[in-house]
Amino acid sequence: SSQFTYFILSVSSNLAKQEQSIFELWGHGKCPEELYSSLKNYPVEKMVPFLHSGSTYKIKIHTFNKTLTQEEKVKRIDALEFLPFEGKVNLKKPQHVFSILEDYGLDPNHIPENPHNIYFGRWIADGQRELIESYSVKKRHFIGNTSMDAGLSFIMANHGKVKKNDIVFDPFVGTGGLLIASAHFGAYVYGTDIDYNTVHGLGKASRKNQKWRGPDENIRANLRQYGLEKYYLDVLVSDASKPSWRKGTYFDAIITDPPYGIRESTRRTGSQKEIPKGIEKCPESHVPVSLSYHLSDMFFDLLNFSAETLVLGGRLVYWLPVYTPEYTEEMVPWHPCLKLISNCEQKLSSHTSRRLITMEKVKEFENFSDSFLLQIKL
Amino acid sequence: MRLLTHNLLSSHVRGVGPRGFPLRLQATEVRINPVEFNPDFIARMIPKVEWAALLEAADTLHLIEVPKEPIQGYERNEEFLRKMHHVLLEVEVLEGTLQCPESGRLFPISRGIPNMLLSDEETET
Repeated sequence: SSQFTYFILSVSSNLAKQEQSIFELWGHGKCPEELYSSLKNYPVEKMVPFLHSGSTYKIKIHTFNKTLTQEEKVKRIDALEFLPFEGKVNLKKPQHVFSILEDYGLDPNHIPENPHNIYFGRWIADGQRELIESYSVKKRHFIGNTSMDAGLSFIMANHGKVKKNDIVFDPFVGTGGLLIASAHFGAYVYGTDIDYNTVHGLGKASRKNQKWRGPDENIRANLRQYGLEKYYLDVLVSDASKPSWRKGTYFDAIITDPPYGIRESTRRTGSQKEIPKGIEKCPESHVPVSLSYHLSDMFFDLLNFSAETLVLGGRLVYWLPVYTPEYTEEMVPWHPCLKLISNCEQKLSSHTSRRLITMEKVKEFENFSDSFLLQIKL
Repeated sequence: MRLLTHNLLSSHVRGVGPRGFPLRLQATEVRINPVEFNPDFIARMIPKVEWAALLEAADTLHLIEVPKEPIQGYERNEEFLRKMHHVLLEVEVLEGTLQCPESGRLFPISRGIPNMLLSDEETET
C-alpha cells in the first residue's frame, strides 16, 4: 500500500464555505475489531515519531450522524490503550492530535446502532497554512519562496477531482508543489513557468542554509523523491499569458497558484527596451521579463485558457487574492463556459485573504460569442 | 521533452495562428528513458494525438515501429499500446530546437526543457 495514505474529511456547511481536514490514516475498519487489527498492522516506526516520551498529544472523537455520551467516548479512547503512546496527554495545546472518526451514514432518520466505518488517524491540517509532516516542505528537495503547503495542495487536487490517468496542468508551476499532489492521485502532470531558473532548478536556494540549487533540484527530482516520477510529463519555460499549446481540449484539470505580487513578482514577457536594472539574467538564451501584469488580465487569461483547453467537465482550481474590506462576490472572475463550484476563504492578514476558487467547464468554448460575452462582463 | 508534449505544442508567433502547428523538431541529444507502461493512460491519449505531426517527429528522430494510425479496437490491443507508449513517453529530446513552420523562429530545448518565451513584439496580442 502507498507510503502516504491520507483521509480528507470534507464538511460543507454551505456553498460558500467548505471546511476540510486532512488526516494521516493509521487504521480503519467496519467495526472496532477490524480497526484495532488494522492499527496493529500499521508500521510502528511510522507511529513512534508522534508517540515518543517527549511528546504531548490528545485524542478526539468525531461522529457523523450520531451523538455519543461522554462515557461512550471515553470507552472508545481507552480501547486504544494498546497503541504505543508514550507521551503526555495535553488537552490544551498538544503537539499531536489524533482522531477517531465514526461514520454512521447520511440518513438522520435512520441512525444505525453501529458505525458503517471507523477511522483512526493523525490530524494534519484544517485547510490552513500548517506544515505537514510527510509531504513537508522542509523535507522536500526543492523549494521556492512560495512553496505551496502540502496539505493545501492536496485539497486543491481534491477540488480538481483529480484521478488516475488524468492530465493535470499548472501554468504557474514554480517548484512543482501542486503537481506532487496530483501525481499522488495518479494523474500525469505538466507545468510551465515564466522563470527559466526555477524551471531548471538553478539560482539561489530558498532554503536558508543553501547557496545554490543542485543539478538535481528541479520539479522532476521532486516527483522522483516521492516515487512519482512516472507521472512527470514535461515542464516548459513559458509565459502563461502567451501559451504555446495547440487548439484542443486535453487537460482534465488546471490547478494553480498564480503569482499575485506579494512574495514572487508578477511578470510577463515584454519588450527588450523596458528591462529594469537588477533583473537576473540566465546565461542561456531567454527573454528577460519586465512588464507588470495586471491581476485582472491574468485571471481573464487563465479563465479563457481553461475554457479552451479543459475537457468538458474538467476543473480549474486557483487562488484569488482579495483585499477583504472591499470584497464582494462580483469580484470573482466569470466566464460563460465555466461554472463556479466553490469559493473558500483563507485569511492571510487583517486586511487580506485569498480565495480558493473551483470552476468546472460546462460548455465548449466558441471563439466569437464567448469572447463577446466576456467583453460585456468586464 | 517527450513526443506527446511535442504533439501538443504550437508556435504563438504573431500572425501565425493554426499554421504554427506542428513545430519542426530538431534534436542533437535524445535519450530513451523507460517509463512504466500504463495501457489505460495510453488508450486515453490516442484520440488526442495529431497523428501526422507525431509521425513527422518520430521520423526526424529515426524511430522505428511507429504505428501509422490508430487501429480498430486499439484500447485492447497491447502490442499497439506498447508501441505508442514507447513513442509518446519513452523518447526524450534533451537538446535541440523547435521551429515555427511559418515564421522560422527557433525555440531551444535544453536539459529536456523547451523555452517558449518570445518578446512582446513577436507574439499575438
